[in-house]
Amino acid sequence: MSKLSTEDVLKLARLARLSLTPDEVKEFTSELSEILEYVQQLDSIDVDGLKPTNHVTGLTNVMREEEIKDYGYAPEDLMANVPQKQDKQIKVKRMIG
Amino acid sequence: MSQWKSITEIALNVQNGTVKAADLVEQSLKTIEGQKQFNAIIVGLTNRARERAAEIDAKIAGGKSVGRLAGVPFIAKDNFLVFGAETTAASNILKGFNAPYQSTSIEMLEAEGAICVAKANLDAFAHGSSTENSDFFTTKNPHDETRVPGGSSGGSAASVVLDMAPFALGTDTGGSIRLPAAYCGAVGYKPTYGLVSRSGVVAMASSTDVIGPLTRTVDDAALVLDVLAGSDAMDSTTIERDEAGYILNESGSLKGSKIGIVKEYMAEGVDPEVKKLIENAIEKLRVAGAEITEVSLPSLSAALAVYYIICPAEVSSNLGRYDGKRYGFSADDTKDLEDSYNQSRSIGFGKEAKRRIMIGTYVLSSGYYDAYYKKAQTVRTKLINEFNTAFQQVDFLIGPTAPNIAFKIGENVDDPLQMYLTDILTVAANLVGVPAISLPAGKSQNMPVGLQLMAPQKADRALLQLAKNTEELLS
Repeated sequence: MSKLSTEDVLKLARLARLSLTPDEVKEFTSELSEILEYVQQLDSIDVDGLKPTNHVTGLTNVMREEEIKDYGYAPEDLMANVPQKQDKQIKVKRMIG
Repeated sequence: MSQWKSITEIALNVQNGTVKAADLVEQSLKTIEGQKQFNAIIVGLTNRARERAAEIDAKIAGGKSVGRLAGVPFIAKDNFLVFGAETTAASNILKGFNAPYQSTSIEMLEAEGAICVAKANLDAFAHGSSTENSDFFTTKNPHDETRVPGGSSGGSAASVVLDMAPFALGTDTGGSIRLPAAYCGAVGYKPTYGLVSRSGVVAMASSTDVIGPLTRTVDDAALVLDVLAGSDAMDSTTIERDEAGYILNESGSLKGSKIGIVKEYMAEGVDPEVKKLIENAIEKLRVAGAEITEVSLPSLSAALAVYYIICPAEVSSNLGRYDGKRYGFSADDTKDLEDSYNQSRSIGFGKEAKRRIMIGTYVLSSGYYDAYYKKAQTVRTKLINEFNTAFQQVDFLIGPTAPNIAFKIGENVDDPLQMYLTDILTVAANLVGVPAISLPAGKSQNMPVGLQLMAPQKADRALLQLAKNTEELLS
């Protein structure tokens, strides 16, 4: 299970929205296989009757009122880091052909 | 000998007008400039720091109150959002990103009068143990320029040891405060999970990320924690602070303290000289009245494997937001939206970020989720249970912070698994959420060695008090 093929790596890259160079594909195929082989040591650990941990300090849902606060920002301040914009909106490439 | 007095003394001198905040800032900036060759700093916040110092000095001249960190310069790891400054997380994808809001921890420190003078280098997105994964440059160890400072808060640790400021902020997801503290010879404190707000800090693995100080002394670390600790509406995982606060008593006694030597931390793989220094420290604690026993946490050997499933899983999710659309690097000349995502991320992320995104995507993908992610979270439960059992027998755990002294720059870069193994003694505290501290415990081959102490969740005050007593014994 832990031995990855080139196809596996390409599929993962597609899921992760990364386009890898042929060299990266080659490198990751062996490196990721090695890392997955290392973590596979968990297979031999008996966890019968145990539940997975979701949160370590035992906090449950933390609720607060939904209220409007004025932080004093202008829309322009919050849009300042947007790479491409037009009329206070984020501009993206076409999605549907 | 440091040019800086204790943080309490510095602030006191500023408050009573003996020392000007402006002079402290200049002193800090001058040291940063003079120690440039170590590459500890990504960017100095010269103008911002001078302006803040002038404000504080004006307040004092006008008889107004200033906080208990008045005029104290500090350095923040470059994954803390600071108003009016670039925050890059040492990554190309965030180059040029100007924080539109500020991290809670910076807010709290500045509200007490502290002054952020510079942003420190790190492994990009805090992924690493040496700063060699920084997309910009590698920080050099202050004791030996051919060695790494440890990571990921390597710039923060080096900056404190190079005397650039009285303290620095770091983040610790799997050891990123304690490891560089050990390698550089600083005090590095990792609080209980949730004790310090993560709001405004670039997320790595949200279930283990914590924020803490790197300092010269335990008292300084305790004071910084006292300012930072407590719940924050902006981070729903935060917990309440200790009612007693974190400022320590002058002379605590070690009599009756039960300290457990973690058997697995003193086993094969730990350098004999490192082991000897830790044993010497333990002997001093015993002579001073602590009850020393040995405890075993059998699942510790699996902690690193658990970590390197959970951490990349959370990393792949947290880095999903980098789409090149709302902020960060955006590739030109792409054919459609998907191509734009792919190109922006592929050019913007460094190799280690990509590696972790790939592993995380794998362990979370359908068909493998149960075998990897769920299994890791279940072994995590087993580890938590073992820590709980140990803490029924002893109050604290002790061992080395790292199995070796700082390694050579370049030694592990081609072997990611070997690099991951550097974290073998630190990751458990993150997975279990307990507080831990690394203290200088002497030198091996002229390089610092770190002693690690751990306590149950929320026993931060007791842990810091023990660390202070230990520091006195070792000095």
